[in-house]
Amino acid sequence: MDNEQAVLYSRMLTELTLTFHIIYATVGVGIPLLIFIAQWLGIKRQDEHYILLARRWTRGYIITVAVGVVTGTAIGLQLNLLWPTFMELAGNAIALPLFMETFAFFFEAIFLGIYLYTWDRFEDQRKHMLILIPVAIGASCSAIFITMVNSFMNSPQGFEIANGNLINVQPILAMFNPSMPTKVAHVLATAYMTSAFILASIGAYRMLKGSNHVYHKKALLLTIKVGLVFSIAAAVIGDFAGKYLAEYQPEKLAAMEWHFDTEESASLTLFGILQNGDEVKYSIKIPYALSILAHGTPTAEVIGLDKFPAENIPPLYIHYLFNIMVMIGMGVTFLGLVYLIGKFLKKKFIHRRFFLWLIVASGPLSMIAIEAGWWLAEVGRQPWVLRGILRTEDAATTSDQVDLMLYLFIGLYIVLGLASAIVLVRMFRSNPIERELADRKGGG
Amino acid sequence: MSYELIGISVLWMFLFGYIIIASIDFGAGFFNAYSVLTNKQHIISNIIQRYLSPVWEVTNVFLVFFFVGIVGFFPSTAYFYGTILLVPASISVVLLAIRGSYYAFSTYGKLKSNFWTYLYGFSGLFIPASLSIVLTISEGGFVYIEDSRIILDYLTLFTSPLTWSIVILSLTSVLYISAVFLTWYASVAKDEPATELMRKYALSWSLPAILTATGIIVELRMHNPEHFARLVDLWWMFLISFVLFLITTRLIWLRRSYGLAFHVLVFQFLIAFFAYGISHYPYLLYPHLTITEGFTSEAMAIALIIAFVAGFCLLIPSVLLILRLFLLNKDYIQGKIK
Repeated sequence: MDNEQAVLYSRMLTELTLTFHIIYATVGVGIPLLIFIAQWLGIKRQDEHYILLARRWTRGYIITVAVGVVTGTAIGLQLNLLWPTFMELAGNAIALPLFMETFAFFFEAIFLGIYLYTWDRFEDQRKHMLILIPVAIGASCSAIFITMVNSFMNSPQGFEIANGNLINVQPILAMFNPSMPTKVAHVLATAYMTSAFILASIGAYRMLKGSNHVYHKKALLLTIKVGLVFSIAAAVIGDFAGKYLAEYQPEKLAAMEWHFDTEESASLTLFGILQNGDEVKYSIKIPYALSILAHGTPTAEVIGLDKFPAENIPPLYIHYLFNIMVMIGMGVTFLGLVYLIGKFLKKKFIHRRFFLWLIVASGPLSMIAIEAGWWLAEVGRQPWVLRGILRTEDAATTSDQVDLMLYLFIGLYIVLGLASAIVLVRMFRSNPIERELADRKGGG
Repeated sequence: MSYELIGISVLWMFLFGYIIIASIDFGAGFFNAYSVLTNKQHIISNIIQRYLSPVWEVTNVFLVFFFVGIVGFFPSTAYFYGTILLVPASISVVLLAIRGSYYAFSTYGKLKSNFWTYLYGFSGLFIPASLSIVLTISEGGFVYIEDSRIILDYLTLFTSPLTWSIVILSLTSVLYISAVFLTWYASVAKDEPATELMRKYALSWSLPAILTATGIIVELRMHNPEHFARLVDLWWMFLISFVLFLITTRLIWLRRSYGLAFHVLVFQFLIAFFAYGISHYPYLLYPHLTITEGFTSEAMAIALIIAFVAGFCLLIPSVLLILRLFLLNKDYIQGKIK
């Protein structure tokens, strides 16, 4: 296998593992917060329905955690196996957040174990709720630290290079790099938002399937409220991220906006299809919007692709990913807003079938937006693995068996994906809320 | 003490922690599957489930901790071992993934079928085998560098008696460690039949475990005389380890103080493991990489050690809490509380 193929297969395998892991990791970060809120509401309002919500979410959550843990182990090892040169270089500079991420993960694992096995141990449910705080903190901190590592790849700093070696390493400076604040905030907000909409989807689906229990209505109201708050937050942070890009990674912004020529008062290109390399068709242009997005003033100059040599420009298809992410984000925000207004005005339409179907769609759509966003962020960094320092083709393994490993992991993810879905569906179908409520009444 | 020595000692300690905890876990899965196969499930399954459930996730963390730590302290290991281990480590990951997730699926998702019990139990034996390959490779002789590419010679690796000795050692010690622990656990649970069965397993695996461990030393004499010489210099550590082994088996034989027996066993393995580690010094991968060559910058080493201490201030109370709630909680073990 020549180097080009090894790089291609290494990229495909990393992308596959991350794409699969992100599904479980995102709910892994977001759901503990929702479980905590449900448990807290249950105690505050003395409402058994919320306690049951927390319980049932936890039961499903543990299945996703299991897959998240094993795929997380997989990506952790694969970084070393597939990108040894990168990890050797990066290990010198970003070992600290990587290390702290495992601590956070450890912390979460311990308390999740305790939480799961002490449902009936404490007389006082508030004690049990306290155990959820370290779970939620651990989950969010893992996301924070690992995103720091990723943001380092986009804006490396905190070291100098002399003869190919890293010297004068400053671990803290490497952690707190320029893209860190927006990336971390965006990852957290979208993880909470997506988890909330996924749980809302489940509630809406149960209602569509004929369960008219008040439990589902409470679940919907709670999850959509949380989802809306964080989707608005995600949009605001997304705007900051655009300003960060204009300042530090203009080639990424230019590629994702199809901004070919450097100009003042730049307009924003929405949708469209790219033909023959630089011909944009069927697009909508919003005047001045790109200048506002990039610098906050309508007349500011935005750097275009013309300022960069061709070999340093990321693939232009990331524009489509950007559109998918933003459209879904705006769509679910709007949906959440309509639901809450409808609820406030006591309108009937929010429990009509078409509207429930829209809510059902919001969860999977949010997950697609997460994936599109990550592909955008990662492909937008090409051709660099460490922007400006190490090119992707120089970082991959020289091993000959990468293609075989790709097939091995494709098989693994198919099995894990199907099995986790089957287990989750069976778990809740065989024990609907009505039965669980009846069982609890019967058993005391 | 130099930073690299602190780093490698801490990591070696962690690897040891993983080996003990994972051995119990892998062995427990195996004994559980074996009991289903021989229709003795009613005797030990309860005990094993009650132990495994709250800690299955924590076990995995130890492994992650070790490999993240070693790349942090010794970034060059990412380059050397990362390139070499693509296939063996990927296979381990797949096995760990199947094992970990199916445990959760069957325990929480009620995916009840003997097939999964077997898969869980028997895959647990392949994992130590595939992971222990790293120890073989670190002895040198299987890796060569050609056109600045690092290449692992699979043919030599798989035909070397040293490889198979280490694989067999990992299997016998997994079963031995696990059986001794579960004997103790079952006795705390006051579960007579389970204790008796596990005691039988512990005794029958004790001899193979000690024999294969001795066998490795003989193999090393052929494979890496330099390492062998340093091992012999540490003869007194191995002697202490052997005496501790005798104490453990004696206690189990006499049906006395199973708790003490397990603790003595941990010390037995700790001493042998550190003796092996010390004799391996200063090589991370013989003869290509030493710990001084592979070490990170001083600033990062200090940052990592600080993070480590801070992390431990957080983790130790948490681990104590989980021990108090489950593993050292008689009422829990005996099934009186959930």
